[in-house]
Amino acid sequence: MVIMEITIPNTAVWMILLLPLAAFALVALVTRFSGKPWLSAWLSIGATLAATCLSLWALLSVMSSPHHQIAIAGFDWLVISGSAGIQMGIILDSLTAVMLVVVTIVSLMVQIYSQGYMHGDPGYPRYFAFISLFTASMLGAVLADNLVMLFFFWELVGLCSYLLIGFWFDRPAAANAAKKAFIVTRIGDFGLLAAILLLFSQTNTVDIAQLHNMAIAGTLSGAVLTWAAIGIFVGATGKSAQFPLHVWLPNAMEGPTPVSALIHAATMVAAGIFLVARMFPLFEASPEALTTVSVIGAFTAIFAASIGLVMTDIKRVLAFSTISQLGYMMLGLGVGGVAVGIFHLFTHAFFKALLFLGAGSINHATGTFDMRRMGGLRKLMPWTYATFLIASLSIIGIWPLAGFWSKDEILVSALESQPVLFALAMITVFMTAFYMFRVVFLTFGGKYRGDNRPHESPKVMVIPMVVLAALAIGAGWFNVNGGFASFLGHGESYGFIEGLFGIFTHPLTWASLLMAGMGVLLAYAIYSAGWLSAERIGRLFRPFYRLFFNKYWLDELYIDIILKKIIINGLFARLKLFDTLVIDGLVNGVVRVAMNVVFIGFKSFDTLVIDGLVNGAGVAVSTLGRVLRKVQTGQPQLYGMFIILGILAIGLCLVFAG
Amino acid sequence: MSIGLEHYLVLSVILFSIGLYGALSKRSAVVILMCIELMLNAANIALVAFSRFITPQLLTGQVFSIFNIVVAAAEVTVGLAIIIAIYRRHETIDVSRIDLMKW
Repeated sequence: MVIMEITIPNTAVWMILLLPLAAFALVALVTRFSGKPWLSAWLSIGATLAATCLSLWALLSVMSSPHHQIAIAGFDWLVISGSAGIQMGIILDSLTAVMLVVVTIVSLMVQIYSQGYMHGDPGYPRYFAFISLFTASMLGAVLADNLVMLFFFWELVGLCSYLLIGFWFDRPAAANAAKKAFIVTRIGDFGLLAAILLLFSQTNTVDIAQLHNMAIAGTLSGAVLTWAAIGIFVGATGKSAQFPLHVWLPNAMEGPTPVSALIHAATMVAAGIFLVARMFPLFEASPEALTTVSVIGAFTAIFAASIGLVMTDIKRVLAFSTISQLGYMMLGLGVGGVAVGIFHLFTHAFFKALLFLGAGSINHATGTFDMRRMGGLRKLMPWTYATFLIASLSIIGIWPLAGFWSKDEILVSALESQPVLFALAMITVFMTAFYMFRVVFLTFGGKYRGDNRPHESPKVMVIPMVVLAALAIGAGWFNVNGGFASFLGHGESYGFIEGLFGIFTHPLTWASLLMAGMGVLLAYAIYSAGWLSAERIGRLFRPFYRLFFNKYWLDELYIDIILKKIIINGLFARLKLFDTLVIDGLVNGVVRVAMNVVFIGFKSFDTLVIDGLVNGAGVAVSTLGRVLRKVQTGQPQLYGMFIILGILAIGLCLVFAG
Repeated sequence: MSIGLEHYLVLSVILFSIGLYGALSKRSAVVILMCIELMLNAANIALVAFSRFITPQLLTGQVFSIFNIVVAAAEVTVGLAIIIAIYRRHETIDVSRIDLMKW
């Protein structure tokens, strides 16, 4: 590990971004046509592996540097003379380093796993091209040192999610899901773009470090700051699937399952959380914005968890679980700061990627995502079962797994500042435990209810799951002594630092473990032991069941009411009416007036004046001619007379005038 | 009373005026031709008179008048030929009835 003691050179940091990008270009332009799908996969995996190593090196370098920050010179990307140009530059600080590691590790595991899952798919090379681009875009967003570059890669992330969710584009559901993801996140992106423009118009800079300094120094404050922060948060709401823009994420399940793992863990949804964390000094300077973040986060957490209780599609349960956990992260950012929110993102990335890879593995074996047609897989797929169980225990926050440490940080911070939100978060802990173990019992417990012959997945799929399982267990230990928090918080520490066992001196720990235990117990009672009947409970709480099962009718609200009734029938119809009556009337009126002027006014002018002049000249000449031709009598004697008279006249003039 | 330049010029003017009057008022083409002859000769008198009284040492005016007489002879020839041609076609030499140049 001698090399790791040397600070990472700038070129190597750039390579983290450029390697996956180069892999994308090579796969898309060259190896895709080579007829050897494995070549594309290996190229892509190789690039990501190299990026992972470089990211770890970057992390170690940042940890050993004095301010946890390494300056890297950028270059001018767009030069506007006499005005602020746009740079392509890199921030390498603790936040970036952590995100780099998360993104590259999860992407690497997902890509290795995909070799098995996507085996034999006709779009295999295309898949790896997109995954590489996806990874590169996320890395670009994480590394960006200014908002324009960040926005650029942010949009690329959105584009890649569109391409990957709609990977099987010949299926209408997938194509629609891709469009939905793209359009819904675009609503959020509008907020981000507005915020960037607002900040630029007020401060004349898009440089993130400069904006941080302005917010900390107070030169950027008041309503501008609050609105900019809220705009940024709206952007994050779209990407990170927070209420009310969460509707795209459950539909994103139409993409290949490893893509879901990537989207849910490291790339797409993490971007929103990362954005808020990156711009955190702006939020810190505005209590209103920070409160908005906390409230939306806590509400999303409990809201999505309640829907997750009743879904029957395993991927949909996981999708709502992701939304719920993202809500936790937002809550963590809102009440505790960067370290708390990002720590949960860090641990969540590993166990949620693992859960999705597990779901993919189950799908690989059973050919379905419907939990009603699973069951009894514990014996048939022992590795999948073990890793899935670890991930589930981690997500519900069981000591000493990763999720426990990060979730407790959030709960402690919430209790200190927002007791109401803390209560919501505690209920969500219970719900999370219930729905996760509902999945575990329905999938792995009991007897097999499908008609396939399930078998354990190939090694290429199992090994990444084992690696992620190890991380799902151990990723939380980085903060057992507050190391992670102080690394990210620039020396400050949040939460409590009692060590691996000392944590039990805190009553809150017992309370959250108790809530989680109750959730597991209830799930066991209903879905494993059969003490309680799911149908009877469903009937007992029928209104709630229907509310949850229909996802609070939000999709219907958006599509049928807001889109069709209000926007299409209401607004657009009004606009159409306005268009028909006023605009068309105006245009037609103008045309009619013009017609009248041109075809009647100008025509009569033409007839009278122009034609009159032309004809008049003709008529005058011919009339004059008619009169004057009488003079031409053909009598030379008369002509002679005129000549003589003329000569006499000239003579007289000369005599009298001269 | 001695006969001077004025006398000749007055004679010339009288002859010219008679010729002009005849040329413009007579109907017979032959008479008009004769009147034109009269006007030419009036001019000849004036030319000879000026030559005799103004520049006696030069004979330009007298040569010019001889030249005039030659031209007049040619003119009569052509004029009479035209009149005969018109007469053959229209059976008249009354110029008021010959209006081929009319509009």
